[in-house]
Amino acid sequence: MEMQTKPKAKTDTDQMTGAEIVITALKEQGVEVMFGYPGGAVLPIYDALFTEPSIRHVLVRHEQGAGHAAEGYARSTGNAGVALVTSGPGATNMVTPITDAMMDSIPMVVLTGQVPTHLIGTDAFQECDTVGITRCCAKHNYLVTDVDELARTIHEAFLIATTGRPGPVVIDIPKDIQFATGTYVGKDGIHKATYKPQTDPDPQAIKRAVELMKHAKRPVFYTGGGVINSGPEASESLRKLQKLTGFPVTSTLMGLGAFPASHEDWLGMLGMHGSYEANNAMHDCDLMICVGARFDDRVTGRIDAFSPGSKKIHIDIDPSSINKVIRADVPVIADSGNALDAMIKAWGKAKPKDISDWKAQISGWRARNCFAYAESENEIKPQYAIERLYELTKDRETYISTEVGQHQMWAAQHYHFEEPNRWMTSGGLGTMGYGLPAAVGIQAAHKDALVIDIAGEASVQMVLQEVSTAVQHKLPIKVFILNNEWMGMVRQWQELLHGERYSHSYSESLPDFVKLAEAYGALGLVCDDPKELDGKIQEMIDYDGPVIFDCRVTKAENCLPMIPSGAAHNDMILSEITGDEIDEAGRKLV
Amino acid sequence: MSDNPASAYDMSHVEEDEERRTLAVIVDNEPGVLGRVVGLFSARGYNIESLTVAEVDRDRHRSRITIVTAGTAHTLEQIEAQLLRLVPVASVTDITRSKRGIERELALIKVAGEGEKRVEALRIAEIFRARVIDTTNKSFIFELTGASDKIDQFCALMDPLGLVEVSRTGVLSIKRGAEKG
Ligand SMILES: Cc1ncc(C[n+]2csc(CCOP(=O)(O)OP(=O)(O)O)c2C)c(N)n1
Ligand SMILES: [Mg+2]
Repeated sequence: MEMQTKPKAKTDTDQMTGAEIVITALKEQGVEVMFGYPGGAVLPIYDALFTEPSIRHVLVRHEQGAGHAAEGYARSTGNAGVALVTSGPGATNMVTPITDAMMDSIPMVVLTGQVPTHLIGTDAFQECDTVGITRCCAKHNYLVTDVDELARTIHEAFLIATTGRPGPVVIDIPKDIQFATGTYVGKDGIHKATYKPQTDPDPQAIKRAVELMKHAKRPVFYTGGGVINSGPEASESLRKLQKLTGFPVTSTLMGLGAFPASHEDWLGMLGMHGSYEANNAMHDCDLMICVGARFDDRVTGRIDAFSPGSKKIHIDIDPSSINKVIRADVPVIADSGNALDAMIKAWGKAKPKDISDWKAQISGWRARNCFAYAESENEIKPQYAIERLYELTKDRETYISTEVGQHQMWAAQHYHFEEPNRWMTSGGLGTMGYGLPAAVGIQAAHKDALVIDIAGEASVQMVLQEVSTAVQHKLPIKVFILNNEWMGMVRQWQELLHGERYSHSYSESLPDFVKLAEAYGALGLVCDDPKELDGKIQEMIDYDGPVIFDCRVTKAENCLPMIPSGAAHNDMILSEITGDEIDEAGRKLV
Repeated sequence: MSDNPASAYDMSHVEEDEERRTLAVIVDNEPGVLGRVVGLFSARGYNIESLTVAEVDRDRHRSRITIVTAGTAHTLEQIEAQLLRLVPVASVTDITRSKRGIERELALIKVAGEGEKRVEALRIAEIFRARVIDTTNKSFIFELTGASDKIDQFCALMDPLGLVEVSRTGVLSIKRGAEKG
């Protein structure tokens, strides 16, 4: 932190305990909800919270749940999620969500209790080196050793978590600092001299980018989570720029919703389980406009075969993302919304080049109907379940979270998003157990919305206890389990890549999910008949409370298309089913 | 299909030539800052060949870390970008690529020997302008400053003459001329 003279108390009311400073700072930061779990090293803060009417504390059942709930809250509102946990095991249980938030650039402030300053380093009860453990998985972290620095530290943490490329910030607060009396300072004027994210684009770079766009014959927008992070205005700007140019758009898993899925120029998600048309367009384009995405290996496939004939414009707020994986011809370091706005301005009233040949080629790929699957009258196909869920929920204010596995990819393929901030998934870290607590966090932020965790029967058991949190806090989340009795994604890899040797991937000894729901005081539903599916989904939607829905789906279905790792974009494994094999009557069912 | 179909990752890897670089990293001197820098290098698999650190601006609480690293051109570009991502890092300067860069190292070198070897050691020390800072009947300790390769050379010459041990500071760096940074 910058060395500054200690702030002088302006009035007596600036004097308060460290615990009161924490609460006051959170309030000044506009925090309305936080997720937490008490313990010895945070009891003073819990004591200050006891009589605090303006901050709602959602008591979770495991600190990992608090972390993912804070992530879900953050991703669905755009504000920082806040979690409060105790020292030692409380802090170590937060490591997974902190890493998850780091990978997916989610703004989060984590407050951890610590043993008193004089006991640090003595292996005291529930001591752990929280700043050491979280140093490499958080955007930044602090150990506060002076109560007069506490307020400034909290404000600085919010600044760092929410600006630039967002991420998690950890503040470790020893118990004696929570008890000590110190001076509160407000958030105005808080800055950090060494922290200066570049948010405005270089006009020269924008000029060069737009020049390329004006002459492109086979352009494609490749957009990512950065557009979502930049706020809803950035999604608006993307739509405007697309309208001006008429270019087709694909997006990463993290970027779904920035561009409306119903749009005729929407190509669907790209990458390992992305659409045939999106991946082929990426491979064959002559200009790639990457906005707030980072060329992740699940997106690029084989690097030396990645989009060999294209010029690449790369817009990213994090300079280290540029040229990390793929060389950019025109790097633009900026907030993606600002860059898009500058491009709209630079484009002006220009007429786009005729790209109808390119669009015709894309239509050809689209006609392959790559997400088609063999339908069944007796079994619920997992894709069908998502399609029905989409049809029955699309006209409501619906938020979707997921766990990790095939169900996650099927959700990305078959649930369609029109708006940003409606889709919450663990992309970078791929954390099984993310979706249920994330749904808790989303619902805490959007009381009247429909919040659904699309889950797998294996993933959902990882942080399952948060159903109890949902029941206690009257958060009517719906846990929609695509139960295929397998760690399906693992099974698929074993089938395709390990000679069908299904080592430890069967979901043995599954609980009875209906009884489990009832044991928690939630509603349990089960369905294994496609004819009953709509009615059961409706029952789930209509129920005013948390629901666990055990949707029994085809057990050995593979998630396709798929680009095997180390393969090129135009080297996909496709389903043998094409849309043409489904007759008109069949199509009406979907 | 993939080169290595049984992998969840692209396993293809191209060997490229590595270069050595000296970077001057100016940081806020706050607790744990050195840990962040060193942790970044180990987490991302970068090399540290030498590292020095000390506070250089007490009023602004700034420290200067000089790191000698090696990597491909691409890795070196990433190292700079990743260092700048750390919140307390104020600036990163590539001293090697700057024409005005100067690098120096200090070494303390203990040599033990008698007779002809002792005389030869002293003679070489004179050529290198090493200072004798401790002496016994059987040994010398030399103090030598210079570029790292000069110290390497001196140690190599001392080796057959009874080199006992070497202590080196690691590289310090600065730019020539009147300007800062
Ligand atoms: C915490 C964690 N452990 C392990 C994995 C590896 N993994 C990825 S998908 C998967 C199987 C998920 O099974 P399920 O939740 O039933 O989803 P399905 O693929 O069957 O839809 C596993 C074990 C992971 N992503 N996260
Ligand atoms: Mg499963």
